[in-house]
Amino acid sequence: MADELKQEPELRDDQQLLDLEPLTSGSAKDDSTFANPVTRRTFLSGLGAAGLVVSAHPLSMAAEQSAAPAAAQDAPAATSVLINGKSYSLAGVEPRVTLLDLLREQLYLTGTKKGCDHGQCGACTVHVNGRRVNSCLTLAVMVAGKEVTTIEGLGQPGNLHPMQAAFVEHDGYQCGYCTSGQIMSAVALMKEPIGPSDEDVKHGMAGNICRCGAYPNIVAAVQQVRGHSSAS
Amino acid sequence: MQNFTYERPSSVDKAVGSSGKFIAGGTTLVDLMKLGVEEPPALVDVTALPLDQVEVLANGGLLIGAMVRNSDLANHPEVKKSYLVLSEALLSGASPQLRNMATTGGNLLQRTRCPYFRDLTSGGCNKRNPGTGCSAIEGHHRTMAILGTSDNCIATHPSDMCVALTALEAVIYVEGKKGKRTIAIGEFYKLPGDTPNIENVLEPGDLITHVELPPAHGTKQVYLKLRDRASYEFALASAAVVAKVEGGHIRWVRVAMGGVGTRPWRSHEAETALTGKAANAANFRSAAEAALKGAKPHPENAFKVELAKRCVTRALKMATA
Repeated sequence: MADELKQEPELRDDQQLLDLEPLTSGSAKDDSTFANPVTRRTFLSGLGAAGLVVSAHPLSMAAEQSAAPAAAQDAPAATSVLINGKSYSLAGVEPRVTLLDLLREQLYLTGTKKGCDHGQCGACTVHVNGRRVNSCLTLAVMVAGKEVTTIEGLGQPGNLHPMQAAFVEHDGYQCGYCTSGQIMSAVALMKEPIGPSDEDVKHGMAGNICRCGAYPNIVAAVQQVRGHSSAS
Repeated sequence: MQNFTYERPSSVDKAVGSSGKFIAGGTTLVDLMKLGVEEPPALVDVTALPLDQVEVLANGGLLIGAMVRNSDLANHPEVKKSYLVLSEALLSGASPQLRNMATTGGNLLQRTRCPYFRDLTSGGCNKRNPGTGCSAIEGHHRTMAILGTSDNCIATHPSDMCVALTALEAVIYVEGKKGKRTIAIGEFYKLPGDTPNIENVLEPGDLITHVELPPAHGTKQVYLKLRDRASYEFALASAAVVAKVEGGHIRWVRVAMGGVGTRPWRSHEAETALTGKAANAANFRSAAEAALKGAKPHPENAFKVELAKRCVTRALKMATA
Protein backbone atom coordinates (compact mmCIF):
# COMPACT_ATOMS: atom_id res chain seq x y z
CA MET A 1 0.00 0.00 0.00
CA ALA A 2 2.84 2.30 0.84
CA ASP A 3 4.29 1.85 -2.63
CA GLU A 4 0.99 2.64 -4.23
CA LEU A 5 0.56 5.73 -2.16
CA LYS A 6 3.95 7.00 -3.21
CA GLN A 7 2.84 7.09 -6.83
CA GLU A 8 2.00 10.64 -7.63
CA PRO A 9 -0.97 11.10 -9.90
CA GLU A 10 0.02 13.02 -12.99
CA LEU A 11 -1.52 16.42 -13.34
CA ARG A 12 -3.82 16.99 -16.25
CA ASP A 13 -3.17 19.88 -18.59
CA ASP A 14 -5.74 22.14 -16.99
CA GLN A 15 -4.39 21.41 -13.54
CA GLN A 16 -0.95 22.40 -14.68
CA LEU A 17 -2.39 25.63 -15.95
CA LEU A 18 -4.25 26.10 -12.71
CA ASP A 19 -1.19 25.56 -10.56
CA LEU A 20 1.04 27.48 -12.95
CA GLU A 21 3.74 24.84 -12.65
CA PRO A 22 3.58 21.11 -12.12
CA LEU A 23 4.32 19.66 -8.73
CA THR A 24 7.31 17.38 -8.42
CA SER A 25 7.34 14.06 -6.65
CA GLY A 26 7.24 13.98 -2.88
CA SER A 27 4.58 16.62 -2.86
CA ALA A 28 2.62 17.89 0.11
CA LYS A 29 -0.28 15.75 -1.02
CA ASP A 30 1.22 12.93 1.02
CA ASP A 31 0.10 14.79 4.12
CA SER A 32 -3.37 13.35 3.67
CA THR A 33 -2.30 9.73 3.68
CA PHE A 34 -1.80 7.37 6.56
CA ALA A 35 1.60 6.35 5.21
CA ASN A 36 3.11 9.59 6.43
CA PRO A 37 5.30 9.67 9.47
CA VAL A 38 4.20 11.96 12.27
CA THR A 39 4.83 15.46 11.07
CA ARG A 40 4.61 18.74 12.90
CA ARG A 41 1.25 19.25 11.25
CA THR A 42 -0.30 15.92 12.26
CA PHE A 43 1.20 16.21 15.73
CA LEU A 44 -0.18 19.69 16.25
CA SER A 45 -3.60 18.60 15.07
CA GLY A 46 -3.82 16.68 18.33
CA LEU A 47 -3.85 13.28 16.72
CA GLY A 48 -0.68 11.27 16.20
CA ALA A 49 -0.38 8.75 13.41
CA ALA A 50 -1.84 6.05 15.64
CA GLY A 51 -4.84 8.21 16.37
CA LEU A 52 -5.44 8.62 12.68
CA VAL A 53 -5.40 4.89 12.07
CA VAL A 54 -7.72 3.86 14.88
CA SER A 55 -10.22 6.66 14.42
CA ALA A 56 -13.34 5.86 12.46
CA HIS A 57 -12.25 7.70 9.35
CA PRO A 58 -15.33 8.39 7.27
CA LEU A 59 -13.34 9.12 4.16
CA SER A 60 -11.61 6.45 2.19
CA MET A 61 -9.33 6.77 -0.75
CA ALA A 62 -11.63 5.99 -3.64
CA ALA A 63 -8.71 5.45 -5.96
CA GLU A 64 -5.31 5.03 -4.46
CA GLN A 65 -3.34 5.63 -7.60
CA SER A 66 -3.60 7.46 -10.89
CA ALA A 67 -6.78 9.14 -9.75
CA ALA A 68 -6.42 12.14 -11.99
CA PRO A 69 -5.92 10.32 -15.31
CA ALA A 70 -8.93 8.12 -14.55
CA ALA A 71 -11.03 11.17 -13.81
CA ALA A 72 -9.96 12.70 -17.10
CA GLN A 73 -11.38 9.77 -19.06
CA ASP A 74 -14.65 9.35 -17.22
CA ALA A 75 -16.88 11.86 -15.59
CA PRO A 76 -16.12 11.70 -11.89
CA ALA A 77 -18.63 9.79 -9.84
CA ALA A 78 -21.04 12.13 -8.13
CA THR A 79 -20.08 10.78 -4.73
CA SER A 80 -16.36 11.52 -4.81
CA VAL A 81 -14.25 14.62 -4.90
CA LEU A 82 -10.76 15.21 -6.25
CA ILE A 83 -8.66 17.05 -3.67
CA ASN A 84 -5.15 18.06 -4.70
CA GLY A 85 -5.26 15.38 -7.38
CA LYS A 86 -6.50 12.56 -5.17
CA SER A 87 -9.99 11.15 -5.21
CA TYR A 88 -11.91 10.84 -1.95
CA SER A 89 -15.29 9.28 -1.36
CA LEU A 90 -17.90 11.53 0.19
CA ALA A 91 -20.08 8.59 1.24
CA GLY A 92 -20.76 8.86 4.93
CA VAL A 93 -20.03 12.59 5.13
CA GLU A 94 -22.92 14.38 6.83
CA PRO A 95 -24.57 16.99 4.61
CA ARG A 96 -23.97 19.67 7.26
CA VAL A 97 -20.18 19.28 7.07
CA THR A 98 -18.61 22.22 5.29
CA LEU A 99 -15.76 21.77 2.86
CA LEU A 100 -13.56 23.61 5.37
CA ASP A 101 -14.35 21.19 8.18
CA LEU A 102 -13.93 18.22 5.86
CA LEU A 103 -10.45 19.42 4.89
CA ARG A 104 -9.32 20.27 8.40
CA GLU A 105 -11.10 17.82 10.67
CA GLN A 106 -11.37 14.72 8.49
CA LEU A 107 -8.50 14.96 6.00
CA TYR A 108 -6.13 16.87 8.32
CA LEU A 109 -5.33 19.33 5.54
CA THR A 110 -4.92 22.06 8.14
CA GLY A 111 -3.21 24.52 5.82
CA THR A 112 -6.66 25.92 5.08
CA LYS A 113 -7.60 28.10 8.05
CA LYS A 114 -10.86 28.80 9.84
CA GLY A 115 -11.17 32.49 10.63
CA CYS A 116 -14.70 33.88 10.86
CA ASP A 117 -16.44 30.75 9.53
CA HIS A 118 -19.02 33.06 7.88
CA GLY A 119 -17.49 34.06 4.56
CA GLN A 120 -16.20 37.40 5.78
CA CYS A 121 -12.45 36.93 6.21
CA GLY A 122 -11.20 34.69 3.38
CA ALA A 123 -8.83 32.58 5.51
CA CYS A 124 -10.61 29.45 4.25
CA THR A 125 -10.18 30.25 0.53
CA VAL A 126 -9.63 27.21 -1.68
CA HIS A 127 -10.12 26.54 -5.39
CA VAL A 128 -13.09 24.55 -6.64
CA ASN A 129 -12.70 23.69 -10.33
CA GLY A 130 -9.96 26.32 -10.45
CA ARG A 131 -12.01 29.15 -8.96
CA ARG A 132 -11.57 30.63 -5.51
CA VAL A 133 -14.41 30.14 -3.04
CA ASN A 134 -14.97 30.35 0.70
CA SER A 135 -14.78 26.73 1.89
CA CYS A 136 -16.55 27.68 5.15
CA LEU A 137 -19.78 28.42 3.24
CA THR A 138 -19.44 25.45 0.89
CA LEU A 139 -21.12 22.21 1.90
CA ALA A 140 -18.75 19.30 1.30
CA VAL A 141 -21.46 17.22 -0.37
CA MET A 142 -21.88 19.99 -2.94
CA VAL A 143 -18.34 19.58 -4.31
CA ALA A 144 -19.02 15.98 -5.35
CA GLY A 145 -17.64 15.46 -8.84
CA LYS A 146 -15.48 18.59 -8.62
CA GLU A 147 -11.79 19.33 -8.16
CA VAL A 148 -10.56 21.08 -5.04
CA THR A 149 -7.11 22.59 -4.62
CA THR A 150 -5.84 23.67 -1.22
CA ILE A 151 -2.59 25.33 -0.21
CA GLU A 152 -1.12 21.83 0.23
CA GLY A 153 -1.72 21.20 -3.47
CA LEU A 154 0.11 24.34 -4.56
CA GLY A 155 3.69 23.73 -3.50
CA GLN A 156 5.86 22.70 -0.59
CA PRO A 157 9.19 23.60 0.97
CA GLY A 158 11.85 23.31 -1.69
CA ASN A 159 9.36 23.61 -4.50
CA LEU A 160 7.27 26.66 -3.72
CA HIS A 161 4.64 27.97 -6.05
CA PRO A 162 5.82 31.32 -7.45
CA MET A 163 3.14 33.08 -5.41
CA GLN A 164 4.30 31.39 -2.22
CA ALA A 165 7.90 32.38 -3.01
CA ALA A 166 6.81 35.96 -3.65
CA PHE A 167 5.00 36.14 -0.31
CA VAL A 168 8.20 34.96 1.41
CA GLU A 169 10.32 37.44 -0.54
CA HIS A 170 8.04 40.40 0.22
CA ASP A 171 7.16 39.45 3.79
CA GLY A 172 3.47 39.24 2.86
CA TYR A 173 2.42 38.24 6.36
CA GLN A 174 3.13 38.67 10.02
CA CYS A 175 1.28 36.08 12.10
CA GLY A 176 0.58 33.97 9.00
CA TYR A 177 -2.97 32.94 9.81
CA CYS A 178 -4.53 34.55 6.74
CA THR A 179 -1.62 33.63 4.47
CA SER A 180 -2.84 30.40 2.89
CA GLY A 181 -6.14 32.06 2.05
CA GLN A 182 -4.33 35.12 0.69
CA ILE A 183 -2.12 32.93 -1.51
CA MET A 184 -5.02 30.81 -2.79
CA SER A 185 -6.88 34.02 -3.61
CA ALA A 186 -3.84 35.56 -5.29
CA VAL A 187 -3.21 32.48 -7.46
CA ALA A 188 -6.85 32.47 -8.61
CA LEU A 189 -6.68 36.21 -9.28
CA MET A 190 -4.00 35.58 -11.93
CA LYS A 191 -6.66 34.10 -14.24
CA GLU A 192 -9.36 36.69 -13.55
CA PRO A 193 -10.06 39.86 -15.55
CA ILE A 194 -8.44 42.26 -13.12
CA GLY A 195 -6.69 45.47 -14.14
CA PRO A 196 -2.96 46.10 -13.84
CA SER A 197 -2.78 48.64 -11.00
CA ASP A 198 -2.17 48.20 -7.29
CA GLU A 199 -5.69 49.49 -6.75
CA ASP A 200 -7.05 46.72 -8.97
CA VAL A 201 -5.14 44.13 -6.94
CA LYS A 202 -6.50 45.59 -3.69
CA HIS A 203 -10.06 45.23 -4.96
CA GLY A 204 -9.25 41.77 -6.28
CA MET A 205 -7.92 40.74 -2.87
CA ALA A 206 -10.73 42.44 -0.91
CA GLY A 207 -12.16 39.11 0.19
CA ASN A 208 -9.09 38.34 2.29
CA ILE A 209 -8.64 40.17 5.56
CA CYS A 210 -5.21 40.51 7.24
CA ARG A 211 -5.39 41.62 10.86
CA CYS A 212 -1.66 42.23 10.97
CA GLY A 213 -1.99 44.71 8.13
CA ALA A 214 0.52 43.19 5.72
CA TYR A 215 -1.48 44.54 2.80
CA PRO A 216 1.26 46.60 1.08
CA ASN A 217 3.58 43.59 1.09
CA ILE A 218 0.82 41.30 -0.15
CA VAL A 219 0.12 43.68 -3.04
CA ALA A 220 3.84 43.80 -3.83
CA ALA A 221 4.03 39.99 -3.88
CA VAL A 222 1.00 39.64 -6.14
CA GLN A 223 2.25 42.35 -8.49
CA GLN A 224 5.65 40.70 -8.77
CA VAL A 225 4.11 37.40 -9.88
CA ARG A 226 1.83 39.27 -12.30
CA GLY A 227 4.87 40.96 -13.78
CA HIS A 228 3.83 44.43 -12.62
CA SER A 229 5.86 46.59 -10.29
CA SER A 230 4.07 47.74 -7.19
CA ALA A 231 4.22 51.29 -5.93
CA SER A 232 4.24 50.01 -2.36
CA MET B 1 -25.70 23.41 12.53
CA GLN B 2 -28.79 21.20 12.60
CA ASN B 3 -28.44 18.26 10.27
CA PHE B 4 -30.70 17.90 7.23
CA THR B 5 -31.34 15.61 4.32
CA TYR B 6 -29.68 16.48 1.02
CA GLU B 7 -30.48 15.76 -2.59
CA ARG B 8 -29.15 17.05 -5.90
CA PRO B 9 -31.76 16.66 -8.65
CA SER B 10 -30.62 16.88 -12.26
CA SER B 11 -33.78 18.34 -13.80
CA VAL B 12 -36.03 21.30 -13.02
CA ASP B 13 -39.04 18.96 -12.88
CA LYS B 14 -37.42 16.86 -10.19
CA ALA B 15 -36.34 19.94 -8.25
CA VAL B 16 -39.82 21.46 -8.29
CA GLY B 17 -41.33 18.11 -7.34
CA SER B 18 -39.08 17.69 -4.33
CA SER B 19 -39.83 19.03 -0.89
CA GLY B 20 -37.10 21.01 0.76
CA LYS B 21 -35.35 24.34 0.70
CA PHE B 22 -33.40 25.14 -2.45
CA ILE B 23 -29.69 25.80 -2.08
CA ALA B 24 -27.43 27.18 -4.82
CA GLY B 25 -24.31 29.18 -3.92
CA GLY B 26 -25.12 28.85 -0.24
CA THR B 27 -23.53 32.18 0.63
CA THR B 28 -26.63 33.36 2.50
CA LEU B 29 -28.27 30.09 3.47
CA VAL B 30 -25.27 28.25 4.94
CA ASP B 31 -24.32 31.40 6.82
CA LEU B 32 -27.82 31.67 8.33
CA MET B 33 -27.92 27.94 9.09
CA LYS B 34 -24.72 28.28 11.11
CA LEU B 35 -26.36 31.13 13.03
CA GLY B 36 -29.47 29.06 13.67
CA VAL B 37 -31.63 31.61 11.84
CA GLU B 38 -32.44 28.99 9.19
CA GLU B 39 -33.01 25.36 10.16
CA PRO B 40 -34.29 23.59 7.05
CA PRO B 41 -34.93 19.86 7.56
CA ALA B 42 -34.19 19.19 3.87
CA LEU B 43 -31.97 20.87 1.27
CA VAL B 44 -32.41 20.51 -2.47
CA ASP B 45 -29.18 21.42 -4.29
CA VAL B 46 -30.13 23.11 -7.58
CA THR B 47 -26.59 23.69 -8.86
CA ALA B 48 -26.70 20.64 -11.16
CA LEU B 49 -29.74 21.98 -13.04
CA PRO B 50 -29.09 23.03 -16.66
CA LEU B 51 -29.67 26.71 -15.87
CA ASP B 52 -26.13 28.07 -16.15
CA GLN B 53 -26.26 29.72 -19.59
CA VAL B 54 -26.60 33.31 -20.76
CA GLU B 55 -28.49 33.56 -24.04
CA VAL B 56 -28.96 36.54 -26.35
CA LEU B 57 -32.62 36.66 -27.38
CA ALA B 58 -33.92 37.41 -30.88
CA ASN B 59 -35.31 40.76 -29.69
CA GLY B 60 -31.85 41.77 -28.44
CA GLY B 61 -32.64 41.04 -24.80
CA LEU B 62 -30.80 38.61 -22.57
CA LEU B 63 -31.97 35.40 -20.90
CA ILE B 64 -29.88 34.61 -17.83
CA GLY B 65 -30.03 31.17 -16.24
CA ALA B 66 -30.70 31.20 -12.51
CA MET B 67 -27.50 29.24 -11.84
CA VAL B 68 -25.20 31.68 -13.65
CA ARG B 69 -22.62 32.77 -11.07
CA ASN B 70 -22.40 36.45 -10.19
CA SER B 71 -18.78 36.68 -11.39
CA ASP B 72 -19.60 35.04 -14.72
CA LEU B 73 -22.56 37.33 -15.26
CA ALA B 74 -20.57 40.45 -14.35
CA ASN B 75 -17.86 39.54 -16.86
CA HIS B 76 -20.09 38.20 -19.64
CA PRO B 77 -19.25 40.09 -22.87
CA GLU B 78 -22.90 40.91 -23.59
CA VAL B 79 -23.44 42.23 -20.06
CA LYS B 80 -20.26 44.32 -20.26
CA LYS B 81 -21.36 45.68 -23.64
CA SER B 82 -25.08 46.35 -23.18
CA TYR B 83 -25.90 46.09 -19.46
CA LEU B 84 -23.03 47.87 -17.76
CA VAL B 85 -25.20 48.83 -14.78
CA LEU B 86 -25.62 45.15 -13.99
CA SER B 87 -21.92 44.38 -14.34
CA GLU B 88 -20.97 47.33 -12.13
CA ALA B 89 -23.54 46.40 -9.50
CA LEU B 90 -22.39 42.79 -9.37
CA LEU B 91 -18.72 43.71 -9.12
CA SER B 92 -19.43 46.16 -6.31
CA GLY B 93 -21.01 43.45 -4.19
CA ALA B 94 -19.44 40.98 -1.76
CA SER B 95 -15.95 39.58 -2.48
CA PRO B 96 -14.45 37.75 -5.47
CA GLN B 97 -14.83 34.44 -3.62
CA LEU B 98 -18.50 35.04 -2.82
CA ARG B 99 -19.21 36.24 -6.37
CA ASN B 100 -17.76 32.96 -7.65
CA MET B 101 -20.28 31.11 -5.48
CA ALA B 102 -23.41 33.27 -5.54
CA THR B 103 -25.93 32.72 -8.34
CA THR B 104 -28.39 34.96 -10.16
CA GLY B 105 -31.39 33.20 -8.63
CA GLY B 106 -29.87 33.10 -5.17
CA ASN B 107 -28.95 36.78 -5.22
CA LEU B 108 -32.59 37.64 -5.92
CA LEU B 109 -33.48 35.82 -2.69
CA GLN B 110 -30.65 36.93 -0.41
CA ARG B 111 -31.75 37.93 3.08
CA THR B 112 -31.20 41.16 4.95
CA ARG B 113 -28.04 41.88 6.91
CA CYS B 114 -30.00 43.43 9.80
CA PRO B 115 -27.99 42.37 12.89
CA TYR B 116 -31.15 41.65 14.86
CA PHE B 117 -32.35 39.30 12.15
CA ARG B 118 -29.01 37.47 12.13
CA ASP B 119 -28.58 37.14 15.92
CA LEU B 120 -30.90 34.78 17.80
CA THR B 121 -29.86 36.33 21.11
CA SER B 122 -30.57 39.91 20.08
CA GLY B 123 -34.21 40.11 21.08
CA GLY B 124 -37.26 40.42 18.88
CA CYS B 125 -37.31 40.31 15.10
CA ASN B 126 -40.58 40.13 13.20
CA LYS B 127 -38.83 38.91 10.07
CA ARG B 128 -37.11 36.03 11.85
CA ASN B 129 -39.82 35.31 14.40
CA PRO B 130 -43.17 36.99 13.57
CA GLY B 131 -44.86 38.79 16.42
CA THR B 132 -41.74 39.36 18.50
CA GLY B 133 -41.28 43.02 17.57
CA CYS B 134 -38.55 44.97 15.77
CA SER B 135 -35.44 45.54 17.87
CA ALA B 136 -33.85 47.77 15.25
CA ILE B 137 -36.40 50.59 15.51
CA GLU B 138 -35.36 51.43 19.06
CA GLY B 139 -31.88 49.89 18.71
CA HIS B 140 -28.96 50.27 16.35
CA HIS B 141 -30.33 51.20 12.96
CA ARG B 142 -27.61 53.21 11.23
CA THR B 143 -27.62 50.87 8.22
CA MET B 144 -31.39 50.32 8.16
CA ALA B 145 -33.91 51.36 5.53
CA ILE B 146 -35.59 54.75 5.20
CA LEU B 147 -38.01 53.83 2.41
CA GLY B 148 -40.75 51.20 2.48
CA THR B 149 -40.44 50.59 6.21
CA SER B 150 -43.26 49.75 8.60
CA ASP B 151 -43.72 49.75 12.37
CA ASN B 152 -42.82 46.05 12.21
CA CYS B 153 -39.59 46.09 10.22
CA ILE B 154 -36.97 48.51 8.90
CA ALA B 155 -34.54 45.93 7.49
CA THR B 156 -32.65 46.98 4.36
CA HIS B 157 -32.64 44.84 1.24
CA PRO B 158 -28.90 44.14 0.84
CA SER B 159 -28.50 43.34 -2.86
CA ASP B 160 -26.70 45.44 -5.46
CA MET B 161 -27.59 43.14 -8.36
CA CYS B 162 -31.32 43.48 -7.69
CA VAL B 163 -31.11 47.28 -7.80
CA ALA B 164 -29.59 47.09 -11.29
CA LEU B 165 -32.18 44.50 -12.35
CA THR B 166 -34.92 46.81 -11.07
CA ALA B 167 -33.64 49.71 -13.18
CA LEU B 168 -33.38 47.34 -16.15
CA GLU B 169 -36.98 46.14 -15.58
CA ALA B 170 -35.97 42.50 -15.47
CA VAL B 171 -38.53 39.71 -15.66
CA ILE B 172 -38.20 36.70 -13.37
CA TYR B 173 -39.09 33.25 -14.70
CA VAL B 174 -40.53 30.89 -12.11
CA GLU B 175 -41.43 27.23 -12.30
CA GLY B 176 -43.62 25.81 -9.55
CA LYS B 177 -45.98 23.02 -8.68
CA LYS B 178 -48.68 24.78 -10.74
CA GLY B 179 -46.51 25.34 -13.81
CA LYS B 180 -44.47 28.19 -15.26
CA ARG B 181 -45.04 31.91 -14.90
CA THR B 182 -43.16 35.20 -15.18
CA ILE B 183 -43.05 38.03 -12.65
CA ALA B 184 -41.84 41.57 -13.31
CA ILE B 185 -39.16 42.44 -10.80
CA GLY B 186 -41.23 45.47 -9.74
CA GLU B 187 -43.91 43.07 -8.54
CA PHE B 188 -41.59 40.45 -7.08
CA TYR B 189 -40.70 41.93 -3.68
CA LYS B 190 -43.24 42.69 -0.98
CA LEU B 191 -43.09 45.59 1.44
CA PRO B 192 -42.72 44.44 5.06
CA GLY B 193 -46.04 45.83 6.27
CA ASP B 194 -47.44 43.57 8.98
CA THR B 195 -45.70 40.47 7.60
CA PRO B 196 -41.98 41.21 7.14
CA ASN B 197 -41.31 37.47 7.17
CA ILE B 198 -42.92 37.29 3.71
CA GLU B 199 -40.41 38.95 1.39
CA ASN B 200 -41.62 38.11 -2.10
CA VAL B 201 -44.50 36.62 -4.09
CA LEU B 202 -42.98 33.15 -4.48
CA GLU B 203 -45.02 30.22 -3.22
CA PRO B 204 -43.65 27.09 -1.57
CA GLY B 205 -41.87 24.94 -4.16
CA ASP B 206 -41.40 27.79 -6.64
CA LEU B 207 -38.01 27.77 -8.36
CA ILE B 208 -36.51 30.75 -10.15
CA THR B 209 -35.23 29.40 -13.47
CA HIS B 210 -34.23 32.49 -15.47
CA VAL B 211 -34.08 36.26 -15.48
CA GLU B 212 -34.87 38.10 -18.71
CA LEU B 213 -33.52 41.53 -19.50
CA PRO B 214 -35.35 43.62 -22.09
CA PRO B 215 -33.26 45.01 -24.98
CA ALA B 216 -30.88 47.73 -23.78
CA HIS B 217 -31.53 49.99 -26.81
CA GLY B 218 -28.19 51.72 -26.40
CA THR B 219 -29.11 53.28 -23.08
CA LYS B 220 -26.46 54.88 -20.91
CA GLN B 221 -26.12 53.10 -17.59
CA VAL B 222 -24.44 53.64 -14.24
CA TYR B 223 -24.36 51.94 -10.86
CA LEU B 224 -23.00 54.14 -8.08
CA LYS B 225 -22.50 52.66 -4.62
CA LEU B 226 -21.63 54.60 -1.48
CA ARG B 227 -20.45 52.70 1.59
CA ASP B 228 -18.28 52.81 4.69
CA ARG B 229 -15.25 51.29 2.95
CA ALA B 230 -14.28 50.96 -0.69
CA SER B 231 -14.59 47.18 -1.04
CA TYR B 232 -16.49 44.25 0.42
CA GLU B 233 -19.18 46.30 2.13
CA PHE B 234 -22.92 46.73 1.77
CA ALA B 235 -24.31 49.98 0.41
CA LEU B 236 -25.36 52.85 2.66
CA ALA B 237 -26.90 54.25 -0.48
CA SER B 238 -26.63 53.27 -4.12
CA ALA B 239 -28.26 54.28 -7.37
CA ALA B 240 -28.80 52.51 -10.67
CA VAL B 241 -29.62 54.72 -13.63
CA VAL B 242 -30.58 53.62 -17.14
CA ALA B 243 -31.16 56.59 -19.43
CA LYS B 244 -31.69 57.65 -23.02
CA VAL B 245 -30.48 61.19 -23.64
CA GLU B 246 -31.07 63.07 -26.90
CA GLY B 247 -30.07 66.64 -27.60
CA GLY B 248 -29.26 67.28 -23.95
CA HIS B 249 -32.71 66.13 -22.86
CA ILE B 250 -33.71 62.99 -21.03
CA ARG B 251 -36.02 61.04 -23.35
CA TRP B 252 -36.38 58.01 -21.13
CA VAL B 253 -34.97 57.04 -17.74
CA ARG B 254 -35.17 54.41 -15.03
CA VAL B 255 -33.92 55.08 -11.50
CA ALA B 256 -33.54 52.53 -8.70
CA MET B 257 -31.89 52.81 -5.31
CA GLY B 258 -30.17 50.35 -2.99
CA GLY B 259 -29.17 50.48 0.66
CA VAL B 260 -32.12 52.67 1.57
CA GLY B 261 -35.20 50.52 0.92
CA THR B 262 -36.82 47.45 2.39
CA ARG B 263 -36.75 46.17 -1.17
CA PRO B 264 -34.77 47.22 -4.27
CA TRP B 265 -36.27 50.68 -4.64
CA ARG B 266 -37.61 51.88 -7.97
CA SER B 267 -38.30 55.61 -7.99
CA HIS B 268 -41.12 56.38 -10.37
CA GLU B 269 -41.15 59.85 -8.79
CA ALA B 270 -37.60 60.59 -9.98
CA GLU B 271 -38.34 59.18 -13.43
CA THR B 272 -41.43 61.37 -13.81
CA ALA B 273 -39.49 64.41 -12.66
CA LEU B 274 -36.76 63.78 -15.24
CA THR B 275 -38.57 62.63 -18.38
CA GLY B 276 -38.42 65.26 -21.11
CA LYS B 277 -36.32 67.60 -18.99
CA ALA B 278 -32.88 69.01 -19.69
CA ALA B 279 -30.06 66.89 -18.34
CA ASN B 280 -28.69 69.40 -15.86
CA ALA B 281 -27.74 69.58 -12.19
CA ALA B 282 -30.88 71.39 -11.08
CA ASN B 283 -33.16 68.79 -12.62
CA PHE B 284 -31.08 65.96 -11.21
CA ARG B 285 -31.38 67.44 -7.72
CA SER B 286 -35.14 67.89 -8.13
CA ALA B 287 -35.45 64.27 -9.14
CA ALA B 288 -33.41 63.19 -6.12
CA GLU B 289 -35.64 65.27 -3.84
CA ALA B 290 -38.67 63.55 -5.35
CA ALA B 291 -37.10 60.14 -4.89
CA LEU B 292 -36.55 60.66 -1.17
CA LYS B 293 -39.75 62.59 -0.44
CA GLY B 294 -41.36 59.66 1.33
CA ALA B 295 -38.28 58.80 3.43
CA LYS B 296 -38.87 57.97 7.09
CA PRO B 297 -35.50 58.08 8.80
CA HIS B 298 -34.67 57.17 12.39
CA PRO B 299 -32.11 59.08 14.46
CA GLU B 300 -29.05 57.02 13.48
CA ASN B 301 -29.83 56.73 9.77
CA ALA B 302 -31.13 60.23 9.08
CA PHE B 303 -27.89 60.91 7.18
CA LYS B 304 -29.02 58.45 4.54
CA VAL B 305 -31.66 60.86 3.23
CA GLU B 306 -29.11 63.42 2.05
CA LEU B 307 -26.59 60.72 1.12
CA ALA B 308 -29.13 59.01 -1.13
CA LYS B 309 -30.08 62.32 -2.76
CA ARG B 310 -26.47 63.08 -3.58
CA CYS B 311 -25.99 59.52 -4.78
CA VAL B 312 -28.93 59.77 -7.21
CA THR B 313 -27.82 63.23 -8.36
CA ARG B 314 -24.28 62.07 -9.07
CA ALA B 315 -25.38 58.85 -10.77
CA LEU B 316 -27.65 60.86 -13.08
CA LYS B 317 -24.79 63.21 -13.90
CA MET B 318 -22.50 60.26 -14.67
CA ALA B 319 -25.10 58.45 -16.78
CA THR B 320 -25.95 61.49 -18.89
CA ALA B 321 -22.43 62.87 -19.30
